[in-house]
Amino acid sequence: MCGAQVLGRIEAAWQAIDPVPDPEIPVLTLRDLGIVREVRLDAEGALEVVLTPTYSGCPATEVISASVAEALEAAGLAPFAVTLRRAPAWTTDWISEQGRQRLREYGIAPPGPVAAGEGVPVRLHRRTSASAPAASADPSCPRCDSPRTERLSAFGSTACKSLWRCLACREPFEHFKPI
Amino acid sequence: MSTPSIQPGRDPAVQYLLRLGDFCLIHAQRLGEWCGHAPILEEDIALTNLALDLIGQARALLTRAGQVGHERGAPAAFDEDQLAFLREERDYLNPTLVELPRGDFAFTVLRNAAVATWMRLMWTRLQASRDAELAAIAAKALKESRYHEQHAADWVVRLGDGTPESHRRLQDALDRLWRYTPELFEADAVDEAAAASGLGPRWADLREDWHAAMQALLDEAGVRAPATGSHVTTGRRGVHSEHMGRLLAEMQHLQRAYPGGAW
Repeated sequence: MCGAQVLGRIEAAWQAIDPVPDPEIPVLTLRDLGIVREVRLDAEGALEVVLTPTYSGCPATEVISASVAEALEAAGLAPFAVTLRRAPAWTTDWISEQGRQRLREYGIAPPGPVAAGEGVPVRLHRRTSASAPAASADPSCPRCDSPRTERLSAFGSTACKSLWRCLACREPFEHFKPI
Repeated sequence: MSTPSIQPGRDPAVQYLLRLGDFCLIHAQRLGEWCGHAPILEEDIALTNLALDLIGQARALLTRAGQVGHERGAPAAFDEDQLAFLREERDYLNPTLVELPRGDFAFTVLRNAAVATWMRLMWTRLQASRDAELAAIAAKALKESRYHEQHAADWVVRLGDGTPESHRRLQDALDRLWRYTPELFEADAVDEAAAASGLGPRWADLREDWHAAMQALLDEAGVRAPATGSHVTTGRRGVHSEHMGRLLAEMQHLQRAYPGGAW
């Protein structure tokens, strides 16, 4: 197989996957989330798409693999394999700039950077009050941009999000937790 | 009609992996019991989300245990579902602590803190496992356990430092739970084999770090751990408390009644 054909097939696969939405946050694509790690051809010319799952228990993982397979099938790219790669572990640092912007517009505060080698700092219960200064890791309100926010719940509608409210505009919002 | 039980074998590497997988699985089973019963909606969601992470971790660990078992002479590579649902009680190797009934909310959050702290320390070390798959599972799970620990610790302090009633309940929970913790650090041949082969640390290697972290948390919460006696529970050797049979009866019922049934 010549180089141009190889590139063509890989490029076609990327294009086919590009619009596939995340099943739980459909405003994001899988590429925005950084779940699609690699598209490659093996020696026999079989196409392989490598995905890295987000959370160990994320119930969307199977749906994500199936929707990638559907998109490849629809683009006439069979035969192909969709495989899962566990290492390196998925991190919210892989969410694209476009993805962060889309999250904000959707009303979800995007995650801040995961400190290298640290992940989430373990801290004990911190009482919040309207007059307390905001901690630097706290998300700002995706609606009015105020940094004065407080956490209502450590877990939101899914494990990857927490529930917050803005102390300025009083609106509740979700935060995509850095992990 | 029932499905025959499977025999996962006594290979130490498989036992080591099953202990971790069962630790996650049985803890998740108890947490899942809170679905629809937590004191507030946010905690209902939080506890079941923790359970979901733990089930995901258990799935990966049990899958790995099945693969390693097959490499080491088991007649088949048992899959995650067979290992989760078709073993006899004596073949479940979780420490007794996590099979105890869920208790009240204070008991639940205190057990969560004890387990999540232990898990964080274990996952941290397992990132260096010579088994690349186990190292990858650990790197992923570590990130999750940090959130679990933080959430549980928040509640332990909040209850300990709350009303006289919440303080009393947390202290009661600590008095009941503490005697089950020595098992989390007991040395044995399975651990020695894992340490020697580079599969993972001995559970005993976590003891000092765990005690230091728990002591800081309990101090902050204003409660005191009782002295532990000489009795050490034996769940991770397959000898369980009276509660385990009932837990398994509920957990295994569907697979036993409808063999191979799927959603």
